[in-house]
Amino acid sequence: MLFSLLHPANGKPFMEVFLQQIINGLTLGSIYAIVALGYTMVYGIVQLINFAHGEVVMIGAMVALTVISSLAGANTGMPPLVIVLAGIACAVPVCMGVGYTMERVAYRPLRGAPRLAPLITAIGISIILQHLAMLIWSRNPLSFPQIIPNPVFEIAGANVSGVQIAIISLSALMMLGLTALVYRTRLGTAMRATSENPQVAGLMGVNINRVIASTFVIGAGLGAVAGVMVGTYYGIAHYTMGALLGLKAFSAAVLGGIGNLAGAMLGGILLGLVEALGAGYIGEFTDLCHVSWISTGLAERCAQDGHVVLMGSNYQDVFAFLVLIAVLVFRPSGLLGERVGDRA
Amino acid sequence: MPLTRVPFRLRSVAVLSAVLLVAACGKQEEAAKPAAGGGATVVKIGHAAPLTGGIAHLGKDNEAGVRLAVDEANAKGLTIGGAKVQFEMLSEDDEGKPDKGPIIAQKFTDAKVAGVVGHLNSGVTIPASAVYNTAGIPMISGSATNPKLTEQGFAVTFRTVGRDDQQGPAIASYLAAQFQPKVVAVVDDATSYGEGLANEVEKSLKAAGITVLAREKGTDKTTDWKAILTKLKGKKPDAIFYGGMDSGGGPLVKQGRELGIKAVFAFGDGACTDKMQELAGAAAEGLVCSQAGIPAQASSKSFIDAFKAKFGSDPIIYAPFTYDATNLIITAMQKADSVDPAKYLPVLKAISFDGASGHIEFDEKGDRKDAEMTIFTLKDGKIVPVAIIKSGKTIPFEEFAKGAGA
Amino acid sequence: MDAKAKVGIVLIAVVLAVLPFVLAHVGTAWVRITNLAILFCLLSLGLNIVVGFAGLLDLGYIAFYAVGAYCYALLASPHFGLHLPFWIILPIGAGVACLFGVLLGAPTLKLRGDYLAIVTLGFGEIVRVFLNNLSRPVNITNGPQGVTLIDPFKLDGFSFSKSETLLGLTFSGPIKYYYLLLLVLLVVIVINVRLQDSRVGRAWVAIREDETAAQAMGINTRNVKLLAFAMGASFGGIAGGMFAAMQGFISPESFVLVESIMVLAMVVLGGMGNIWGVIAGAVLLSFVPEILRYTVEPLQKAAFGRLIIEPEVIRMLLFGLALVLMMLFRPAGLFPSKTRRREFAAAEQQHVG
Repeated sequence: MLFSLLHPANGKPFMEVFLQQIINGLTLGSIYAIVALGYTMVYGIVQLINFAHGEVVMIGAMVALTVISSLAGANTGMPPLVIVLAGIACAVPVCMGVGYTMERVAYRPLRGAPRLAPLITAIGISIILQHLAMLIWSRNPLSFPQIIPNPVFEIAGANVSGVQIAIISLSALMMLGLTALVYRTRLGTAMRATSENPQVAGLMGVNINRVIASTFVIGAGLGAVAGVMVGTYYGIAHYTMGALLGLKAFSAAVLGGIGNLAGAMLGGILLGLVEALGAGYIGEFTDLCHVSWISTGLAERCAQDGHVVLMGSNYQDVFAFLVLIAVLVFRPSGLLGERVGDRA
Repeated sequence: MPLTRVPFRLRSVAVLSAVLLVAACGKQEEAAKPAAGGGATVVKIGHAAPLTGGIAHLGKDNEAGVRLAVDEANAKGLTIGGAKVQFEMLSEDDEGKPDKGPIIAQKFTDAKVAGVVGHLNSGVTIPASAVYNTAGIPMISGSATNPKLTEQGFAVTFRTVGRDDQQGPAIASYLAAQFQPKVVAVVDDATSYGEGLANEVEKSLKAAGITVLAREKGTDKTTDWKAILTKLKGKKPDAIFYGGMDSGGGPLVKQGRELGIKAVFAFGDGACTDKMQELAGAAAEGLVCSQAGIPAQASSKSFIDAFKAKFGSDPIIYAPFTYDATNLIITAMQKADSVDPAKYLPVLKAISFDGASGHIEFDEKGDRKDAEMTIFTLKDGKIVPVAIIKSGKTIPFEEFAKGAGA
Repeated sequence: MDAKAKVGIVLIAVVLAVLPFVLAHVGTAWVRITNLAILFCLLSLGLNIVVGFAGLLDLGYIAFYAVGAYCYALLASPHFGLHLPFWIILPIGAGVACLFGVLLGAPTLKLRGDYLAIVTLGFGEIVRVFLNNLSRPVNITNGPQGVTLIDPFKLDGFSFSKSETLLGLTFSGPIKYYYLLLLVLLVVIVINVRLQDSRVGRAWVAIREDETAAQAMGINTRNVKLLAFAMGASFGGIAGGMFAAMQGFISPESFVLVESIMVLAMVVLGGMGNIWGVIAGAVLLSFVPEILRYTVEPLQKAAFGRLIIEPEVIRMLLFGLALVLMMLFRPAGLFPSKTRRREFAAAEQQHVG
């Protein structure tokens, strides 16, 4: 059965398709990684799943879309790249504002409450943000202005677009920047101290409220950039786009070990690869025609259709959840994290 | 039981009385409406579609079709069964939710409507149709394309739009004849509409001896098609059909071209809109797609003019079908000389009618006989009709338009 | 039981018995809306066992509703040509849903709080995606097309979908379903009340308040938590079966995540752990869209000449606001249970001190 997969007669040579799937997975994974960082930072510092983070990403995409389409439509003569940068420059502060407000209004008052309380408010905030966005930007899917030329390069038979290269490199840059911030600055030291033990950090003169608020703000800023990336990459934005993206990114954060920066990056990229390779190959691996000898009825269907696929790309959205459940059940600490399943 | 629980019960009594109060208020409003008739017999025609929510614009379009037909009939001042009649449209919002369908249907039954035009979505129309069937109220949908709707054996269920298994073969036969593909990939969005249409296309393609690859599926929210497209690229299909809406179809064709796929992209009516160009840019050029019925510009000119004059815009998709559905009900009433559903239903079943969407006759299930389908292509950023498919025959659009004009 | 309570009960019984006829007089549609509200009461009571009693946040509860509905649909429709009577299928549906509850509960028992919430959410989505896709290669669920022509409840020629006249009163289909639903609701309420004061009920509360302490007191936390999942799930399964029979058609789009969150909002609004509060929450939130339809729409039209915010959007915003505001200001719900209130008050004090 593997042989038939590798055989060149099966269409395009295996390696080229495989390489293309890796590139697809890396791009998707970079986006997941950036969103996952937002979850993991907040979790690391206040042990709270910020359910509404996906909505912040959506708002980032929407604000950028509005700015970019109005600038592009106004004939300002600005070069396209400047317009997109202006879009990001507007989206980031708006999202930071949303992140800060969320923390102040919905999470800070509940810091000592039972665990379920902030989670339920988070769900509430997420519903509210989604529907407010719907009121502002309509229910219809909006097309994201595609003003930057998007050249496609061919590398070893696989196609890589300019936007894909930009997404992967920008994500890498942001991860580096964030790591530097956490490990090289005063704020970063304060963050690490707070996540270690908020009471003691407070006693040592760390303004805990400020540190926690900054964490939310930075996470939201990253989310905004991720939103612009998603919009530019797919050319479409919708008020529900954040929900599933957020859940998947959260799964990525758990996979890598929640609360752990490197873990979120690793988890994001791995999840992107799992999804791309899963959607690309699960159909081949579960094609019952590889084992058509087990029943004559099956053999007949195979001769007729050429395939009897048990699970196809239709299960793509399930992979993230399966990964999540498997990790939590078998290794609650994630790939790189310390054991937190019980603490949660 | 301890005393402390009593207040809760009293509260629940309070809640119940509040509910009753609200219900009573609702009644008053409903009762106020029929008074508008002014002497004439008021005949109520129900219209249901999602008037809020993601496809509210389509619901409003359907509603506009019904409103136009009702207003035209009232302007004529019809006399049925010896009395002057005044038609009134009761428009309800079913939110596009399956569990709201029967409730709206019940509201119409309570309001004693003489006929219903709706609903929009197949998933809502099917559960609602059972209620109409029990009540004996004729129901004509102008947009529910799922074959199952009319396969339930209900005598009161009709539709003016073509079924998925009429549209599917049409686009499939056009693909087969025009592009002569050897291998076709079929992708859908795992919704009732998308999958239903894709199944019919696959069936027809296979019957034409074309190899169909294993089905690939996204969801109605999928925007990342790259993994699926990359897999398909490896199998070198000559054409790719997508059953779903434009919000998924746009990114699909855009990403397909980015990956260097040269196959023809084909779509059903959900993705047969000008929005494809907006979402996919230059990549959308040359795609083919189908719509049920004949295009507005080829249908009766008078309908388009009247619609534009009344609402200031062109109909979106299904307005001609709901317009026709309403006129069918009214015409059947005239012919039967009765507004009683039991009396005009047999007439409706046997009707032969020329409407805005072409000639209409119903078969024994309540489906349209020989429904026409139109094939479009995206040229210079606009969807333009290229051919009409009728009874399995392909007629180039210019030829058809000439025939219709004569 | 004292006289006051007796009067209260008689009053409620009379109101509930007469209710459908009053509603039918206004419009049978209101009976249908009430029936749907009772279904949501059943769902909320089921979820209340998991979330309210045992304190396990379940965000995928609608999956059990779906399992129950599909059990009924597949065993009583032309899809497989099976037409089993409802009194056989409903218990089967409850049993299968219960099995799913245990399936979900067993591996996730170690997880607490928010992790559990996310896993249950994932579980709910997985169930829906499978229901949506199990139409190929072998057609089990008929996929997104859904299952049509599901049998209504029937007892020896007495069909719940037909209209009948008895003692000069017209018993339409929805009215018959109303009484049946009410009966089921009563049974479920009785079970809930008994559970709450039972050994198991107290064990659940103990786990909710402090799992480690509960374990130290000799409670088998694993079994007791599993029982909560199983009981909650089977109520969901029963509600699902009744939904399928009333609806006559089901498809996976009725079982999306938003529905889970809606049921959760009902439980939270009414007061987690309080049976009467939860029922009030479910009734309130079920009727909100209908109430809004008759209040907000005309108001907006009168004020602005057109609809600016749709009732459905207002409802969703209300759900969201309810979740946030309840947690901030009345974390124990509008009608909190005594212990729950104590627990939140204790947490507050801890925080202050």
